[in-house]
Amino acid sequence: MLNEHAAHGSAAAGQARGGGAITRDEVAHLARLSRLALREDELDHLATQLDDIISAVARVQEVAAEDIPPTSHALPLTNVFRADEVRPSLTPDQALSGAPAADEQRFKVPRILDEEA
Amino acid sequence: MSADIIKKSAAELAGLISSGEASAVEVTQAHLDRIAAVEDSVKAFTHVDPETALAQARTVDERRAAGEALGPLAGVPIAHKDVFTTIDMPTTASSKILEGWRPPYDATVTRRLREAGLVILGKTNMDEFAMGSSTENSAFGPTHNPWDLNKIPGGSSGGSSAAVAAYEAPLATGTDTGGSIRQPAAVTGLVGMKPTYGGSSRYGLIAFASSLDTPGPLARTVLDAALLHEAFSGHDPMDSTSIDQPVPPVVEAARRAEVGGLRVGVVKEFGGEGYQPGVLARFHEAVEVLESLGAKVVEVSCPHFTYALPAYYLIAPSECSSNLARFDGMRYGLRVGDDETRSAEEVMALTRAEGFGPEVKRRIMLGTYALSSGYYDAYYGKAQQVRTLIARDFDAAFEQVDVLISPTTPTTAFAIGERADDPMAMYLADLCTIPSNLAGNAAISVPCGLADEDSLPVGLQIMAPVLADDRVYRVGAAVERALQDRWGGPLLAKAPEL
Repeated sequence: MLNEHAAHGSAAAGQARGGGAITRDEVAHLARLSRLALREDELDHLATQLDDIISAVARVQEVAAEDIPPTSHALPLTNVFRADEVRPSLTPDQALSGAPAADEQRFKVPRILDEEA
Repeated sequence: MSADIIKKSAAELAGLISSGEASAVEVTQAHLDRIAAVEDSVKAFTHVDPETALAQARTVDERRAAGEALGPLAGVPIAHKDVFTTIDMPTTASSKILEGWRPPYDATVTRRLREAGLVILGKTNMDEFAMGSSTENSAFGPTHNPWDLNKIPGGSSGGSSAAVAAYEAPLATGTDTGGSIRQPAAVTGLVGMKPTYGGSSRYGLIAFASSLDTPGPLARTVLDAALLHEAFSGHDPMDSTSIDQPVPPVVEAARRAEVGGLRVGVVKEFGGEGYQPGVLARFHEAVEVLESLGAKVVEVSCPHFTYALPAYYLIAPSECSSNLARFDGMRYGLRVGDDETRSAEEVMALTRAEGFGPEVKRRIMLGTYALSSGYYDAYYGKAQQVRTLIARDFDAAFEQVDVLISPTTPTTAFAIGERADDPMAMYLADLCTIPSNLAGNAAISVPCGLADEDSLPVGLQIMAPVLADDRVYRVGAAVERALQDRWGGPLLAKAPEL
């Protein structure tokens, strides 16, 4: 059954992406977007696995769904509001209790701008 | 006494405690002793806290002695999945990125367990961030199936299933995003329930895929699962997707346990090639049992269910890639490489590479891919349309029948290591459970015997419409009673001694 999925998937994925599997360069780009500093061997391994998975899940493209609305959520809920009341919240000490670094009741983080900026 | 206590159901223990035949402290101590005896081989827990547990039990005994009216499960011990925040115990989601983290607040489910007087023994192991079907993806090592220590206990709630199957606790919490309660229950011979989405609160549940994540109970009997379901479910203003309606009458339904005249649909698409013969044999027996109890069984086609697995493995990773962005090494958890020269972005990337395991990385990357411009319409967009079609299949099926049934999993428990580096093979474990996550409806797994090939447990899945949770308990309890009559007792009595 799995092989059948994969076979269908490869064809469909090929059509959708103009042919070929996901490249190692694309995988390296995804790692950057995902903020994951992966090692070279991790990238090699993931490139093969992601290619298999994407080929298999591309099977969703077989379904004729031109006029089918998308579902993002199982419940028909929109804009659930609560009363705008002041309630107790975490104290600064509680909020900072798990911080890797804190200073003067603030989260201490590495620089976010380049030195020149 | 201790050996007797641990084999009792939660309902029986609650009866002993409320009648004064046993104290909550005695019951808790018996389970702590069991944990001490078998935990080295089962490894169900990431954290056990005997002192806090005994203190909770003592409080229950004192309140009872003072004449307070307590809930129906007061004093009964429970194993709590390590994905729910607990103010007095570490909460890790079995990830290195959260190792040792102490949350500053309790999840709503945790708070309700405490209010019900349940005694939290500790936190249970799981696949990291609930991503997996075997509990092998835990950063703290795998959990072992009490039926065969070389097999997986299912996942992601595999620590919970192993703890209850090994009599370390009579009850456990789980969460089900694609089958993470039902599949572990099936492969360890337990009852596991995924409530209707929104029926149980996600507040304080570490998010994996927010449109799918659903807390639910694991137990050794259908009634116990219903009692726990009732104890922690219901509307929560802290969760905007929580349903503002009463909890369906699940306990009453579990006690009613009859199916005369009920219309039962066998899902045509779930069975045949790829399914273990022993699983199908037990499933067909369960169908006969339902017929003998007076149910009208018919075959029902749900043509889009075969697309549920690929749709899920686009939707869940997409939501995960967004949800797990919060683990950035800035406000809590691990931080790696902060040497005063690296930028925040570099530190984030180093922290996440070090803190996340391989499956979590795979899913974050897959989700990032599916959501990227150029691929969004072909992948995430298509998967969302499939989700609509699956919900429509359910709607059409529930016009013909009251419940749908299928095997819970295509196979029994597989060997630890067997699928560890083959993600697609691992994902197939969720083949039959995923549709109910995508559509949000209620679904339960109840034990239906042992497969002939390997003498390992098989689960029967029963699915009902949204908010008809009571219906799956009613059918599950009827099947449980009929099968236990055949077996001469609970299925777990056939498990080898640990």
